[in-house]
Amino acid sequence: MFDKLTLAVEEITEVTSEAASKGDELSIPEAGVTAVFGYAVVFFGLVILMIVLYCTGAYFKSRDAKAKAAEEAAKKAAPAAPAAAAPAADQKLAPGSAGHVKLFDVPDKEAAMIMAIVADKMQTPLNELHFISIKEVK
Amino acid sequence: MDILETLETLWNGSGFKSLFTGEGWKNLIMIFVSCVLLYLGIKKKFEPLLLVGIAFGCLLVNLSYFVGGDTADALYHLDLWDNFLDPNHPDYHSYGAIMAHGGLLDILYIGVKAGVYPSLIFMGVGAMTDFGPLIANPKSLLLGAAAQMGVFLAFFGAICLGFTGQEAASIGIIGGADGPTAIFLTTKLAPHLLGAIAIAAYSYMALIPMIQPPIMKLLTTEKERQIKMEQARTVSKTEKIIFPIIVAMFVILLLPSTAPLIGCLMLGNLWRECGVTERLSDTVQNALMNIVTVFLGISVGATTAASRFLSPETIKIIVLGLTAFCFSTVGGLLVGKIMCKLSGGKINPLIGSAGVSAVPMAARVSQMEGQKANPKNFLLMHAMGPNVAGVIGSAIAAGFLLAVFK
Repeated sequence: MFDKLTLAVEEITEVTSEAASKGDELSIPEAGVTAVFGYAVVFFGLVILMIVLYCTGAYFKSRDAKAKAAEEAAKKAAPAAPAAAAPAADQKLAPGSAGHVKLFDVPDKEAAMIMAIVADKMQTPLNELHFISIKEVK
Repeated sequence: MDILETLETLWNGSGFKSLFTGEGWKNLIMIFVSCVLLYLGIKKKFEPLLLVGIAFGCLLVNLSYFVGGDTADALYHLDLWDNFLDPNHPDYHSYGAIMAHGGLLDILYIGVKAGVYPSLIFMGVGAMTDFGPLIANPKSLLLGAAAQMGVFLAFFGAICLGFTGQEAASIGIIGGADGPTAIFLTTKLAPHLLGAIAIAAYSYMALIPMIQPPIMKLLTTEKERQIKMEQARTVSKTEKIIFPIIVAMFVILLLPSTAPLIGCLMLGNLWRECGVTERLSDTVQNALMNIVTVFLGISVGATTAASRFLSPETIKIIVLGLTAFCFSTVGGLLVGKIMCKLSGGKINPLIGSAGVSAVPMAARVSQMEGQKANPKNFLLMHAMGPNVAGVIGSAIAAGFLLAVFK
């Protein structure tokens, strides 16, 4: 199986290198092989990159999960303080609000405008939406 | 002083005489074409930042360069660049000859010829791009790869229409929907086609909101277009810093010919993400990008001299370019549909069409079409993943074609 695959790759390489050597007079079958091979190379490159990104993503996800677990363990060790803090946080919410929105480099007025536009586009009342964060994309 | 003789000398040296003798009518047509391009850029806002410069470069060269006329005062000299590319000429690859005898646009064009401007534009694009959606959903890379289908189909079509391998490769890359990549590859492989290819690439990029939606509607069902996608995970700062380093190492090792484009793209992105070079990131995104855009636009426009541009090849390039764009969209959508089926309907296939680079226009089109089908649909960030993957994909496609045909 591997030998056959190697042979096929060698044949394709031969055709493409022939194509390269006579760029001025490329035949239609040679052009077809070059096009298919080129498309395959693009896929190959991006698939390998995808695998690398999945691996690094998995590493960072597991690191985040460990950090979260450690944080929760620390919280369990000192349960009294958060219990007291929770009602204080709830008291700060406006009536009917789904929660706080984190703003990154966005003034309050612009955030309010963006939320209103989103609600209008979605044809959904604003109090039924929960905005988690708004960040300026530069 | 003999007034009549002086008047005759002035008349003989004027462009007005050249316009109405010999092949001057071709220049007249090109002056009209440049006015149409200016109209499209200014009034219709077709990629105005580049198209206005390209159109004015086109106007300048056709007002000052006449075949068979006096070219001493021309801003751009086709003959000098032909000598530059002729291995049998003493001025072969001699930038000194260009500097000594060239006009203003010849000197600016050196930056295009040496591949400097497209690479610097890529640096700015990297500094402006958030790769977070791609890092959060690496599957987007498949859509970016699939959307390069038009590049290779147009390449094949160009060979069938009688173009050489180098010319076909340059025409095919229009399907990558990435202006700097198209300019970079064309200057290396088929510089005589640069004007037509650059104009086709930027015009079609501007026309994406008109070209893509009918294809999207044709290839997807209403139900597929309504699919709401789950919010992607949050990407940490460290991941964003590591990403450009990994991509640069991996892609350049795979295809060294992509080094100028991918290297600059990822350097710009690293400046943006690392958090300690904000001044550089800001300069690259704004000042440098604007300066390079000025030089790139006007010098690319200068390559549209009438004697070179007005040929049946230009019409073929425009048709093949449109074909490339359409098939790139088809490729992205088809793989989007496959991913939709395999994921059990969790992926909206509309994001596939954003795999043609054209950042962020193609992603916006996916968002608009998705929202037309379902007002609660927000596909923009999901479509940005394939969109930026398309930038990397088109650079790899260009690298492959360069490696094969250079």
